[in-house]
Amino acid sequence: MLDFAGKRWWYLSFSLAIFLVAVICLALFQLKAGIEFTSGSSFTIEFTERPVEQSDLRSAMSDLGHGEARIQGAGENTFIIRTRELQVASTPDTTGAGPTAPVQGEIDGIEASLRERFGELTRRDFSTVSSTVSSEIARNATLAVVAASVFILLYIWWAFRHLPRPYRYGTAAIIAVLHDAFIILGLFALLGEIRGTEVDTGFITALLTVIGFSVHDTIVVFDRIRENISNDPYIPFEEAVNASMTETLARSINTSLVVVLTVVAMLLIGGVTIRNFLIVLLVGVAAGTYSSIGIASQLLVAWERNDIGRWFQAHARPVGHAGGRARLTPALANEKRGLAVFRGPLFFPRNSPILAGVKVALW
Amino acid sequence: MRSTTTVLIFLGVLFLTGFALIAVWPSDPDRYLPGDFWPEGRGIKVGDWERETMRLGLDLRGGSYLVLQADPPADYQGDLGQALDVAKEVVERRVNAFGVSEAEITKTSGNRLTVEVPGLDINEATDLIGKTARLEFRVPNPDGTDVIPATGVVDGQTYTMSGQYLKNNTFPSQQGTTYAVNFETTGIGSKLMEQITGNALRYPEGDTRRYLLIYLDDELISQAQVQSVISDQGQITGQESFTAAKNLSKQLNAGALPVPLKTIQSSEVSATLGEDSVLDSVHAGIVGLIAVALFMILYYRLPGALAAAALVVYTSLTLMVFKLWPVTLTLSGIAAFVLSVGMAVDANILIFERMKEELRRGRTLNSAIDLGFRRAWTSIRDSNISTLITCLILYYFGNQFGASLVKGFALTLAIGVLISMFSAITVTRTFLKMIVGTRIARNHWLFNAEERRSGRVVAPKAEAAGGK
Repeated sequence: MLDFAGKRWWYLSFSLAIFLVAVICLALFQLKAGIEFTSGSSFTIEFTERPVEQSDLRSAMSDLGHGEARIQGAGENTFIIRTRELQVASTPDTTGAGPTAPVQGEIDGIEASLRERFGELTRRDFSTVSSTVSSEIARNATLAVVAASVFILLYIWWAFRHLPRPYRYGTAAIIAVLHDAFIILGLFALLGEIRGTEVDTGFITALLTVIGFSVHDTIVVFDRIRENISNDPYIPFEEAVNASMTETLARSINTSLVVVLTVVAMLLIGGVTIRNFLIVLLVGVAAGTYSSIGIASQLLVAWERNDIGRWFQAHARPVGHAGGRARLTPALANEKRGLAVFRGPLFFPRNSPILAGVKVALW
Repeated sequence: MRSTTTVLIFLGVLFLTGFALIAVWPSDPDRYLPGDFWPEGRGIKVGDWERETMRLGLDLRGGSYLVLQADPPADYQGDLGQALDVAKEVVERRVNAFGVSEAEITKTSGNRLTVEVPGLDINEATDLIGKTARLEFRVPNPDGTDVIPATGVVDGQTYTMSGQYLKNNTFPSQQGTTYAVNFETTGIGSKLMEQITGNALRYPEGDTRRYLLIYLDDELISQAQVQSVISDQGQITGQESFTAAKNLSKQLNAGALPVPLKTIQSSEVSATLGEDSVLDSVHAGIVGLIAVALFMILYYRLPGALAAAALVVYTSLTLMVFKLWPVTLTLSGIAAFVLSVGMAVDANILIFERMKEELRRGRTLNSAIDLGFRRAWTSIRDSNISTLITCLILYYFGNQFGASLVKGFALTLAIGVLISMFSAITVTRTFLKMIVGTRIARNHWLFNAEERRSGRVVAPKAEAAGGK
């Protein structure tokens, strides 16, 4: 039997550090909305000199700094291109009465570059388009996920009702899911900063998928804990958790491997346009598998052992004695009824890597 | 040990899979599969059954691209921008009523709407959207010889009762043995209807002048005798069937277009994710599935091979449901599908791990199968139920907020999860039971379950190492 629970500080500290890094990334850089959520420009181009492949056009647009462009074939050598809103030098005709007035500016630069590369072309129907997907979808998806979390928590609570304190299982599972979701959000905020990666509908889909996967994975581990405790109600909790994780480890790795195999195959030989989507899946599945073991189960043990309460008692000091070196007993701290303050390293157990993690994060 | 039931279920599964494969087989397999893999031609044909191709969304296959321009009458008063918003909503409804979901409708500069509908060709799309549906209410003229537009007077001005005064939220309902369509008026519509119906009620029952007629694009779609004064809400009763009521309701909704639209551009467009990219991804998906099957076989040996077979059953059944429902598959649908494949495989893995433990404890294959399933069942049940709960809530939210992306994801995932439970519980189990009692069943190597160390139940290290 592998000892997972005994090393819970390592797991929880590592998870917290990663989580904090993700939150910091998200707060610092923020997610960049893709063209589906914002208004943009749309135009049609017909190449009249020689046949042009969609993939060549895509890479050409990418070279021009429009990696976000959505390119659709529309008949003979004709493409409809949607980009983010292009800067125009003169005001376009917005009355809508006549044909669109000639527009000078960014679009002409693109046109010239494409002409240079692919030969003669004609451009028509330059227009400004509204978002194809309401920007509210992100908010609504978030609401939906929150609502789903509540119901899942209630369900797990109910499904584990024969165990002591069943609500803990639901809560731990939801915390693990939140961790996974934030890792992905943070990663994409970071990628957005470094590589200009934008959040599109595929991203939202992948995020929903990861949430589904994460809950699924956690429940399988919890089910084993439930079984081990039901079989032997007097088993020490850590031991039950360790046994359960050991027993489900092969299955957890295998299941993740199955999804990872599929996703990696698609990343390697699949299309470029769904790459973001696949990256989210890959990272999310890894995080989902890890969080079942590294967070959900460890939280259960920490909660059961009342670790947090013990820290508080061990490290709380009344205000005013903050600088003092002497350690107050919990009883004394209570007696003085001072506001508990937590200072530096004492907040964490002596062997905790949290601080190291935070330092690394800040670096 | 093979019971008759097992054999019957096995045959049933085989039959169902055969049916599913026939239904799912692409009419143009060369597009998705390496050319020399299959015999020439357009796949299987059974009888006259023209198998419609899988409904794929705009992102995966493309469809029709229409640009519609608001074409208001010269005397049009009111906010064109707002009218266009409503028009957008109406077009959305029309498209959805047709059963094509995942359409993309955007407002474009110059009072235009750009509409992209997946899977339809230009003619179908134009028929569906491009045609300006004008809904008009008409009444017989006072001497009963002709039909004239039904009008009313509001603030001294005469208005014709038309679709713009009708809310596009009509719905069918049952009224005893017949069916009715319920509608609501909007704006001055309630005043107009009040006058029109009040007027009609002056004539005795059975008189033609007591009738109210509804025309959609100059085509009579309903004639009904006025029974009481209608203002805000009304009902058209006496529809013979629910389908008839539903159709009328659809037509009324479609007709409630606030401003005429004119098609100014139309073309067929390819996938937004790029034709090349989608095909590459399909090939990659197939490679991925083969890798999964190989992994299962190498790691779990015989049960893995059976699970791979169950995976084929699972995939074809799910795709069949998608096709016959029909569900419009988009990238989000594919994601849900991949996730549900993962969950289906996971259910099998859970069962096999349990079975292996039981076999190592020295149980017979038959009891190991039963125990393995029974002990794996709680985790399969709980994890799948929580996934279904998620689906239900996502679907509800997607529906409420018109986020078809979220809705599509939830629907495909729910279908996938339900079938995966069936696949794990029934299909894999039946396959396993079929080999009970044969010679191969006694070979523990085939189950990767040799009793390695007597007295030890599990050998976690060995398992973990094997998993990498």
